[in-house]
Amino acid sequence: MTQHWEDIKNADLILIMGGNAAEAHPCGFKWVIEAKAQRKAKLVVVDPRFTRSASVADYYAPIRTGSDIAFLGGVINYLLTHDKIQHEYVKAYTDFSFLVKDEFQFADGIFSGYNPEKRSYDKSSWDYQLGADGFVKTDPTLQNPRCVYQLLKAHYARYTPEMVETVCGTPKDKFLKVCEMIAGCSTPDRTMTVMYALGWTQHSVGAQMIRTGAMVQLLLGNIGVAGGGVNALRGHSNIQGLTDLGLLSNTLPGYLTLPGDKEQDYAAYLAARTQKPLRPNQMSYWQNYPKFHVSLMKAWYGDAATKENNFCYDWLPKIDKLHDVLQVFEDMGQGKVNGYVCQGFNPLASFPNKAKIGGALAKLKYLVVIDPLATETSEFWQNFGPHNDVDPAAIQTTVFRLPSTCFAEEDGSIANSGRWLQWHWKGAEPPGEALGDGEIMAGLFLRLRAMYAKDGGAFPDPILKLTWKHRIPANPSSEELAKEYSGCALSDLADPKDPTKTLVKAGEQLAGFAQLRDDGSTASGCWIFSGAWTQAGNQMARRDNADPYGLGIAPGWAWAWPANRRILYNRASSDPSGKPWDPERRLVFWNGKSWGGADVPDMRPDAAPAENVGPFIMNPEGVARFFARGGLNEGPFPEHYEPFESPLDANPFHPQNPQAKSNPAARVFKGDMEAFGTPKEFPYAATTYRLTEHFHYWTKHVLTSAIIQPEQFVEIGAELAQEKGIAAGDRVKVRSNRGHIIAVAVVTKRIKALDVAGRKVHTVGIPIHWGFKGVAKNGYLANTLTPFVGDSNTQTPEFKSFLVDVEKVKG
Amino acid sequence: MALQSLDIKARSATTTPSPQIRKAVEVAKLIDTSICIGCKACQVACMQWNDLRDEIGSNHGVLDNPMDLSAASWTVMRFAEHENEEGNLEWLIRKDGCMHCTDPGCLKACPSPGAIVQYTNGIVDFHEENCIGCGYCITGCPFNIPRISAKDHKAYKCTLCSDRVAVGQAPACAKACPTGAITFGAKEDMLDSAQVRVDGLKERGFQNAGLYDPQGVGGTHVMYVLRHADRPELYHGLPQDPHISPMVSLWKGVAKPLATAAMGAVAVGSLFHYVMKGPNEVSKETEREVEKEGEQ
Repeated sequence: MTQHWEDIKNADLILIMGGNAAEAHPCGFKWVIEAKAQRKAKLVVVDPRFTRSASVADYYAPIRTGSDIAFLGGVINYLLTHDKIQHEYVKAYTDFSFLVKDEFQFADGIFSGYNPEKRSYDKSSWDYQLGADGFVKTDPTLQNPRCVYQLLKAHYARYTPEMVETVCGTPKDKFLKVCEMIAGCSTPDRTMTVMYALGWTQHSVGAQMIRTGAMVQLLLGNIGVAGGGVNALRGHSNIQGLTDLGLLSNTLPGYLTLPGDKEQDYAAYLAARTQKPLRPNQMSYWQNYPKFHVSLMKAWYGDAATKENNFCYDWLPKIDKLHDVLQVFEDMGQGKVNGYVCQGFNPLASFPNKAKIGGALAKLKYLVVIDPLATETSEFWQNFGPHNDVDPAAIQTTVFRLPSTCFAEEDGSIANSGRWLQWHWKGAEPPGEALGDGEIMAGLFLRLRAMYAKDGGAFPDPILKLTWKHRIPANPSSEELAKEYSGCALSDLADPKDPTKTLVKAGEQLAGFAQLRDDGSTASGCWIFSGAWTQAGNQMARRDNADPYGLGIAPGWAWAWPANRRILYNRASSDPSGKPWDPERRLVFWNGKSWGGADVPDMRPDAAPAENVGPFIMNPEGVARFFARGGLNEGPFPEHYEPFESPLDANPFHPQNPQAKSNPAARVFKGDMEAFGTPKEFPYAATTYRLTEHFHYWTKHVLTSAIIQPEQFVEIGAELAQEKGIAAGDRVKVRSNRGHIIAVAVVTKRIKALDVAGRKVHTVGIPIHWGFKGVAKNGYLANTLTPFVGDSNTQTPEFKSFLVDVEKVKG
Repeated sequence: MALQSLDIKARSATTTPSPQIRKAVEVAKLIDTSICIGCKACQVACMQWNDLRDEIGSNHGVLDNPMDLSAASWTVMRFAEHENEEGNLEWLIRKDGCMHCTDPGCLKACPSPGAIVQYTNGIVDFHEENCIGCGYCITGCPFNIPRISAKDHKAYKCTLCSDRVAVGQAPACAKACPTGAITFGAKEDMLDSAQVRVDGLKERGFQNAGLYDPQGVGGTHVMYVLRHADRPELYHGLPQDPHISPMVSLWKGVAKPLATAAMGAVAVGSLFHYVMKGPNEVSKETEREVEKEGEQ
């Protein structure tokens, strides 16, 4: 989230799209209700299904699954052509006036630099024109045809209401009604907030869907203000913490990045990430990258990390490519992986094409599963009749199951969607032999370290020299780990303003990441978490809910990264002169000497407005980007591409160009392209989703949850049900090109057939929560059906749009 | 036996006068269906607080589950899909359960002394240890709420968490509701709160929004805010104008005084049973109890 949950109450309009907050986030959804009750806010829901969120919405518009960029591109076009944008905001705080290289082109769905064989782009043309001074050239009049504003306008001129209706199946009048409501928030005193979740993320163009939503918000001047923003509703408890702490294959803690295998040179690695300002006076905060990186390496390797050995840079893995989950299972299936440690992860249930996942697991020599529950993955080798029809005798994988604690059985912090790190305390002792994840990992580590110490090995140093100063080495406490990621001084830190004074004494906790140094005198395991545990103690454990400005910001409640800031880019809540756009919502403003207000300013405190320091401090331009440059893999402007399994034969925007049908830059493994189904054989769009009664594959183990939603079902529109002779309560078989499931049919008016590009598109809704372990009735894993392809940037699988056939099970 | 902090106002099949000294605040639960998302947290909270665990059932082609109230499910969400005059869909979701009538048909109909009580705060409670399982309460209920357990042949329903309320706590469902659709407090305050909610709905274009507090049963201590208060039946058959069944009036008004003869009571009892369960055999135990009641 750019915001935090409570801030939603400040919105005048709430757009829920690519998510179903009432269903999947019922507790956070209370702030939508609060906005409705207190601000008379309106709620708009755009979704293929009339959801639980829609049931309490003021307006609902249907959309075909996977067509959100077409819809939002249409909104952008509407706002530009109806002049419903916040002019002063976009001129001052975005790249509207920036000039783009002449080489950048877009033709029939493909951007310049495309290599069809590699399915990837040379992105060198996707950039600004630079002047002799090294800064981006601009045209403040916005007349230059190469300025971002003009390119944006031209790009989305194709996204007419008629085209939206054709591609999305959203009736034109409903689309225009939504546009009108959104346009009402282009004034400084009215804001819209956007709530999305996996309904945007889990597409082959997921990251671009989110970007399109962010672009709408920028046009309205709604980023960095109270009641605005783009809000990712995180699904798993602590999935936010997972990305924050760098558990993805190519990241390091705090969104630092692992070097690629061509980056053997330390100085070059740092230089590529230490971005210099692209406009005068900009903060370009990643200029501090070396401070964050060196402090991380000091946290990991202590005294072993020295300036002379480049702070152990050579010990970091240099990756050849992404090793995301899809890639790992692809490799596993090819027999290239011996062992796999599966911690808090149930891939047989959670990843696409169950047959492929199960087949890959069967090629392992060993599988270690660390989980509080007996997961499907841990029993992938057992025969559970039709729900897992495998031959155990043919599977030789040894499975070790290490029972772990669940969150209520341990102390620690969980990062919520709003980036708050909230400390929690153990509520119960773990059952049986269950241990905390930290204790399990420590046990593995200490054994490995002893083996390396005894036997040596090709490269023992990164293991042998890892810092391990825990009081109980076999069981590092959550407190110790939290202090480590927050960070401390390794030697006395002199005050830069007065070197005779000591700012922080050696061994003391740091106040925040502003104190980090690149000379090895500080350690912090995750720079964005720096300040979570200061010399004053555990900031995450604070529970003061005082809200001094009445904006729902309680700075004394828990701790938010970065720097306890609750709303990102909050400098943008004031106009260029530093005065709040909306006098009623004074988030952050210039008081004549410094920045202050309800929130921790996202700005150098003494940066006078006249200095023109832009609010988007992480970008070297200081402004927000409509033109993403090389940030995303499929283009600087989001373009609609069809899901890899689409009910249409072509992309209606590019009917003559098969290369532009689906995301041209998405990675598709050999064999998976062939495993995509065609609309001829699988005529219905399908989408998977969660129900409020259950949480993923966990709560089928919980009796009360099993009672309130006991048995697997799929949702089918009344019209399709009639065509296929299916009555509510019948058992139906849903088939994709990868397998089938059998479930009870819920026949509903909440899913309507849509008229798309001259044909009728039905959608089959598939809740995911069933499996063959737990107390609920056994069912099929929904991911038996889903395709093995992901977003080209994140590799998040396309769980939300694929093709199926459905038929009544006879007898 | 009621908690010391709950005075009893009325007690089934009892003529002993109720205590009069203490002034209890009349309470009510307000359910705003317009912001209910049907998450069923209330169902789970009810199960957990009251130590109830119903069977793991089946899916019957709808989202509702358990499908109906039972001795172990004292509240269930009822989902109804309604296409309005403009052709737009509305998904009307209602938490079903005991309405805690001011004029409780169940209590009036109950022949067993002290099996059903009404507290001075308005809560209608079943004391199962006194229940004889005759099922008259079901006939007496205009909302079809009580259910007889197949296991112990006693009637069960929502207690409005009388044990929690007795110590100043809100019912478990209200505590668990994530959106504030269920609130609890003094009935007077709940009526004020309802008015604000109804006004808000009218501003949003729901001209027929209103409060469901049916006067045919003297008002209720569970009330609904409805977008379509003119058509409560849209909400999975919520009765338009509930009244206590004439059978109960017959029992109370005519049959009971006449039933000094045991046979008369047995006849009425059999009739009740026929209405409730069809032509099942009346158990000997029930017959005996009813005879006993008739002799009093």
